[in-house]
Amino acid sequence: MKPLEGILVVEFCQFLAGPSAGLRLADLGARVIKIERPIKGEGGRQIAIKNLFIEGDSLVFHTINRNKQSFAANLKDPEDLKRIKKILEVADIMTHNFRPGVMEAIGLDYKTVKQLNSRIIYGVVTGYGSEGPWQKKPGQDLLIQAMSGLAYLSGTAKDHPTPMGIAASDIFTGTHFTQGLLAALVRRGKTNEGALVEVSLLESTIDMQFEVLTTYLNDGGKPPKRAKNGNAQAYLGAPYGVYKTKDSYIAIAMVPMTKLETHLKFELPEHLKSEANWFDFKDEIMTLIQAILKEKTTKAWLDILEPADIWCSAIFNYKELMAHDAYKILQMDQDVITASGVTIKTTRCPIQIDSQYYYASKAAPKVGEDNETIVHEFGLQNFNNQNQS
Amino acid sequence: MKPLQDIIVVDLSQFLSGPSASLKLADLGARVIKVEKPETGDICRSLYVSNLKMNGDSSIFHAINRNKESITANLKDAKDLNRIKKLIAQADIVMHNFRPGVIERLGLDYTTVKQINPSVIYGEISGYGTAGPWKDKPGQDLLLQSLSGLTWLSGNEAAGPVPMGLAIVDLISGAHLVQGILAALVRKGVNGQGAKVQVSMLESIIDFQFEVITTYYQDGGQLPQRTKTNNAHAYLGAPYGIYKTENGYLALAMGQIPFLGELLGCDSLKNYPEPESWFSKRSEIKSILAAHLETDTTQKWLSLLEPADIWCADVMDWNRLLQTEGYQVLDMEQEVVMSDGYRFKTTRCPIKIDGEVLKSDKGTPILGEHTQTIISEFNL
Repeated sequence: MKPLEGILVVEFCQFLAGPSAGLRLADLGARVIKIERPIKGEGGRQIAIKNLFIEGDSLVFHTINRNKQSFAANLKDPEDLKRIKKILEVADIMTHNFRPGVMEAIGLDYKTVKQLNSRIIYGVVTGYGSEGPWQKKPGQDLLIQAMSGLAYLSGTAKDHPTPMGIAASDIFTGTHFTQGLLAALVRRGKTNEGALVEVSLLESTIDMQFEVLTTYLNDGGKPPKRAKNGNAQAYLGAPYGVYKTKDSYIAIAMVPMTKLETHLKFELPEHLKSEANWFDFKDEIMTLIQAILKEKTTKAWLDILEPADIWCSAIFNYKELMAHDAYKILQMDQDVITASGVTIKTTRCPIQIDSQYYYASKAAPKVGEDNETIVHEFGLQNFNNQNQS
Repeated sequence: MKPLQDIIVVDLSQFLSGPSASLKLADLGARVIKVEKPETGDICRSLYVSNLKMNGDSSIFHAINRNKESITANLKDAKDLNRIKKLIAQADIVMHNFRPGVIERLGLDYTTVKQINPSVIYGEISGYGTAGPWKDKPGQDLLLQSLSGLTWLSGNEAAGPVPMGLAIVDLISGAHLVQGILAALVRKGVNGQGAKVQVSMLESIIDFQFEVITTYYQDGGQLPQRTKTNNAHAYLGAPYGIYKTENGYLALAMGQIPFLGELLGCDSLKNYPEPESWFSKRSEIKSILAAHLETDTTQKWLSLLEPADIWCADVMDWNRLLQTEGYQVLDMEQEVVMSDGYRFKTTRCPIKIDGEVLKSDKGTPILGEHTQTIISEFNL
């Protein structure tokens, strides 16, 4: 039995942060029903990367929304809203990422939904929290990276602020969202009471930086100092970074410089010898190391450094990674098949439970693909007229 | 009531990945007991960043291990091991991040622990999984970033590999472990069944890239192409990026190029009416934008773009961020106190439950601080 079997999730979330949480819950065994506006569906269907679409929906949408069902409903239509409420009466979790005020206007705010179902876990994702001057600002990944200080950590000293080249804020927020929803479910198992769970992109992105921010909050507010070349972590001393070799690159992590001196066969000048200087004179030391590493190939260096238990690595691209047995043995990829038979290769859930990988071949649904089943199953068919009074 | 109140976690892990997971569990209400080697403790205690020592331990150790208790035990000593086994018998969750094989040698593998405590949730983080050619390789963040393809996504085209400047692999694998453990706890609440939950840093960092890796699978295996300048996402078209202005930087996420040209008074952008060209000619478009945006201030550009609902933002460092009302209203910081009176500032848990932020003023444990109390409380 998958751990979340029997859990019903109703997802109003769009784009990445919220739906990535829905995907994780689905992979762990929950049933996830996306509520989408008729015809157009959720906004993420039209947001593509590299302009890739499959059957009219973006590949990204497919990636994030596989293993879910779709129920099309117009939340401004009273009949549709009644149907949704009927589903919410028996749901375990509902999630949305509307801007503050929208769910209140629709009539599906926490207070109202809690009256329908006191056991529900009600999850909300915002960009910047539900109060303050930024509450109405678009909660978009790059903007959050830009505003949260994150862009000053990657890249080198002379670079512009360098964002992480992935929707890192969205993904971490979705991860925290899942944690909050699950923790609330654990509590409900004991108290039978629901919960309101809230996360925001900005808070989650600050949390991502908690280690270095704690340092900043206690060192008198020194700004992070990226290395001049090969920067990997503004707060770590030499040799931590990436270096050019004769044919490619090599990454070197935490290694005492004394040990590196032995294996690279060089000697630090007197003024750099003490450990206390490996941070302050990082650029100078990294320049010395770089000159030596340039002389041999990556493989030659790995053959010398790895047996000495020095933390170092070649630098792979996707092609090199996926050609390696270490990747293949993980069986990270899986095929999902759409209702009309198109196969899409994607990755699986990274969590293993009871020594099992979880795969699911169910592809992302078309808008409203499951309306009929859900109407029937939840007894929504004769709902229109009979229940009107 | 915090959601994980009364849950007891015995945490055998070190560094960041495992301990960041138990920190989240602690902040959500669990009681976390850190098992540490006598004398040295978690190696992270002496892993200094920017040479900052706080009350004898590294700043990152404090950030990661506040709100926990510490018991020392030498797991190679039969008496100590027995104690830990007795403690585990009374725990809900046990977790570790030893390299494959080590926990078996110590005699605290899942099969053994399950005999002591059948309904335990047993969490494990490895570097590269428990089998395969890399299983004994050190599971260190930068190495995982390097091997997973991640370093080819950030920075500009000519930059070579650019790591993300945070221990992103540790963080994401720790976060996934929390998800797995909590899901297993939910199931345990339903049927009383325990579970073994495993994540690896490699699988987690691949999952972190699930959108772009799926694209790579689908586009015939074309390697990510970062833009020449102003790269922010190798798979997105112009204007997506950060641009220098006269007095700072501007982040620009989206916008139809000719419309941006109109708003910003940059006529050359009107030569790109085709949406397809915003991707295929993105380097060209970005260089036009970059030259134009340098001619005026960030505030000026924001005042033109924001009213038109263009997704854009001022780029801030912490110094500026921390002074904004938008940051302060979040109440993200908290002060914690150690048993010896040492106080320090850190951030809080990012999850809000029932409208409340989750804070705790409990500081970092001194190595072995709770050994005696735990021995007597749990009858060890």
